[in-house]
Amino acid sequence: MAGPVLEMRSIVKTFPGVKALSDVTLTVQQGEVHAICGENGAGKSTLMKVLSGVYPHGTYEGEILFEGEVCEFKDIRASEQRGIVIIHQELALVPYLSIAENIFLGNEHATRGIISWSETLKHGTELLRRVGLTDHPDTRVADIGVGKQQLVEIAKALSKKVKLLILDEPTAALNDEDSGKLLDLILELKKQGITSIIISHKLNEIRKVADSVTILRDGQTIETLDVKAPETTEDRIISGMVGRDLEHRFPERSPHEPEEGVAPALEIRDWTVFHPIDQQRKVVDDVSLQVRRGEIVGIAGLMGAGRTELAMSVFGRTYGRYAGGTVLKDGKEIRTKSVPEAVKHGIAYVTEDRKHYGLNLIDTINRNISLSALGKVAKRGVIDENQERQVAEGFRTSMNIKAPTVFEPVGKLSGGNQQKVVLSKWIFAGPDVLILDEPTRGIDVGAKFEIYTVIDQLAAQGKAVVFISSELPELLGMCDRIYTMAAGRLTGEFSRAEASQESLMRQMTKDKEVTR
Amino acid sequence: MSTDVTAKSPAPAPPGKSGAAGGDGLLQLMLDGMRRNMRQYGMLFALGLIVVLFAVWTDGDLLLPRNVSNLVLQNSYILILAMGMMLVIIAGHIDLSVGSLTAFIGSMAAVFMVKNDLPWPVAVILCLVVGAIAGAIQGFFIAYGGIPSFIVTLAGMLIFRGLTEIFLEGQTLGPFPTGLQKVANGFMPEVGPNTNYHNLTLLLGLALIAFVVFQEFRDRRRQQEFALDVPPFKLFLLKLVALAAAVLVVTMLLASYKGAPIVLLILGVLLVGFGYVMRNAIIGRHIYAIGGNLPAAKLSGVKDKKVTFLVFLNMGMLAALAGLVFAARFNAASPKAGLNFELEAIAASFIGGASMSGGVGTVLGAIIGGLVLGVLNNGMNLVGIGTDWQQVIKGLVLLAAVGFDVWNKRKVGS
Repeated sequence: MAGPVLEMRSIVKTFPGVKALSDVTLTVQQGEVHAICGENGAGKSTLMKVLSGVYPHGTYEGEILFEGEVCEFKDIRASEQRGIVIIHQELALVPYLSIAENIFLGNEHATRGIISWSETLKHGTELLRRVGLTDHPDTRVADIGVGKQQLVEIAKALSKKVKLLILDEPTAALNDEDSGKLLDLILELKKQGITSIIISHKLNEIRKVADSVTILRDGQTIETLDVKAPETTEDRIISGMVGRDLEHRFPERSPHEPEEGVAPALEIRDWTVFHPIDQQRKVVDDVSLQVRRGEIVGIAGLMGAGRTELAMSVFGRTYGRYAGGTVLKDGKEIRTKSVPEAVKHGIAYVTEDRKHYGLNLIDTINRNISLSALGKVAKRGVIDENQERQVAEGFRTSMNIKAPTVFEPVGKLSGGNQQKVVLSKWIFAGPDVLILDEPTRGIDVGAKFEIYTVIDQLAAQGKAVVFISSELPELLGMCDRIYTMAAGRLTGEFSRAEASQESLMRQMTKDKEVTR
Repeated sequence: MSTDVTAKSPAPAPPGKSGAAGGDGLLQLMLDGMRRNMRQYGMLFALGLIVVLFAVWTDGDLLLPRNVSNLVLQNSYILILAMGMMLVIIAGHIDLSVGSLTAFIGSMAAVFMVKNDLPWPVAVILCLVVGAIAGAIQGFFIAYGGIPSFIVTLAGMLIFRGLTEIFLEGQTLGPFPTGLQKVANGFMPEVGPNTNYHNLTLLLGLALIAFVVFQEFRDRRRQQEFALDVPPFKLFLLKLVALAAAVLVVTMLLASYKGAPIVLLILGVLLVGFGYVMRNAIIGRHIYAIGGNLPAAKLSGVKDKKVTFLVFLNMGMLAALAGLVFAARFNAASPKAGLNFELEAIAASFIGGASMSGGVGTVLGAIIGGLVLGVLNNGMNLVGIGTDWQQVIKGLVLLAAVGFDVWNKRKVGS
């Protein structure tokens, strides 16, 4: 190895109210595959966005040295000109253009604005051969699978004369076979002298392809390890990812004692769901679980584990293609084929993506709170605005929603206050079972504590709470029981006493062995 | 609805009389309220400005009682369409077929009444049903078929125009029964002694004022019962006076000619009815929700498909009503009727505060937008501006209205 190709020194990046990166240092050697791992929200993607110029120079502190030169990228084009190409988790391909057109988008083979198709085709075919894709370059991107699309992205990167390839969770959306092919390709590119940074939390993947691994936690570099060294065990990496103290961040909870002989409030049996587009991919695979009244049950899992997909498909089949399984409420089988049915049976789902799926941002607080249960403030289809306002005022006080009036559009509120509005909305619907999906994502510590307190109160009132989260400390701090999921399957169940960050993370990273 | 009309006469509180502090507070409150509903008050203000401008320019002809009556009659069908269109746009859709549908219903009316001599009330009901069915068919393809409304209604625009010509065999059919003509063109009957004013109109105006005052007081009392904050009494009173004055002025103008046109009554009932539904009924709230954020509405249990379907059904019925009024007013069904009406209705909605992305707007806004266009039309006709320049000016007004809104939002947002 010929010394470092990339050095990022003391990178600090702040967003309004949040310090996403505080003093991150990253050194990548020439010609290696360097893995970056850390929990969701540890700052991995932010760091890569700083590197690739998505966040331009001047919006962060610190220094970037690439091939020994200080770089001040003002946009993503500038970093690409130096040979740094990032492939985002959400693929950035135009579905209705051909493979070749996508590869050379923004970088066309053209003279005076007129595209030379023969050259495009020739060069495109070469690039496809390099990434091991046999499809014709004229095939529409929409007609090939996600795995192949990922390869097209890499071909696109190669066309830009890439020196440093950054892959952000490249296998999160792929099945095992495609994942294996992709990882092989990364190793192949390494032989050709291309350095790669791969963001992943699948430890078996890291072991397979990476030479070294840098662990981030809470926006800081924890350590960089040599993957090939014998002392770098999976446990070592896991403890690096999770270690932090848990005191005084959660309300005092007395653990819930399940009553004997009472049917669980919610029971899911053998639940299986296919991906909405990729018919072959099981996103939720034969999951069975139960939640009792007064109990808070966590579901831990990393991105792509199928937690949200499980919750949404149970909640009115709002995700994917249902392929079997039953839902029981208080021991009786219920139909939850549509959202109104699920709501009628007392199930509420608080989405992880409040801006897109939870709130009407242009509408006011009171109207958002009442939306899922308008019948409660209406007589014969006519809404009593005063009653509605009174309800909203009640929540504004009890949930401590910080807004001058309930007539404020929710788009103007902070993330924490928006989350309180979403919670209010579903509490107002009066459910017996609340499925909370990442209820504290993107909100500050103070607001988190308030939300934990609300969740605790809901359980104390006898409601069954399913708590989906990527943050292990909050699951450990709040839950009576925790399930772990990985690759669509339940991989473990822990009582409060048994659960620890290490034991959970071990089950969460328990993917099927990557096939060679 | 009534709360939104407050700024019709944005007379600032006299600062000297009621004590400086009180006056300032009141003014502050008024300005706050206006800033929050910038678009609507902005458009009311613009409407006022246009009215004053043309009133001066035409030496007062614009506000002659006869012309005010005329203005209402001339614009009634666009206003009816604009109300339905506003709902469609709030729901996040568009309807390009309403102009053709208007003509189509006119031709149906002619077939029923002129060719087959059906009694006119029966024919009217039949026409409304046909309109509702036409809207429902389009709504079905949009809501349940998942075809974009732009495409479905573009197809509808061609289909209904073609059917109109087929039914009328390219001819203009008329005349319509006098009963129907009276409804579309006529005024309310006169009662009581001769007072130089139209008595029934005056009575109705006074009744309306009494009703509004009663409603406002009841609202205020209810809000207090619920222990909610209410605006200060002075502001409340100011609002009531402004409202009453506005109603009174219009009433007097109409009463000094032949009274209120019957069509105005229909418009009033529709405005109040739809305003109430959009503000207070669950279905109205659901329309705002699906236009504002469809995925969130679905996850909240809103039956988005049913709501979309009903919105288009309603639009079809209103287009039928507009078609009847139009045909009866001109006493003929013509294959070229309703040309570009859809564009006028859409323009009225956007001038009146609708948003291209849906979820925003009020029925009153659609009326204001329609009146802006109507007064412009009428005023420019009175001063003798040709239709060529009229189009240019209307286009500029639309651009300015929406441009102002975008600019205003950007300013507030940043």
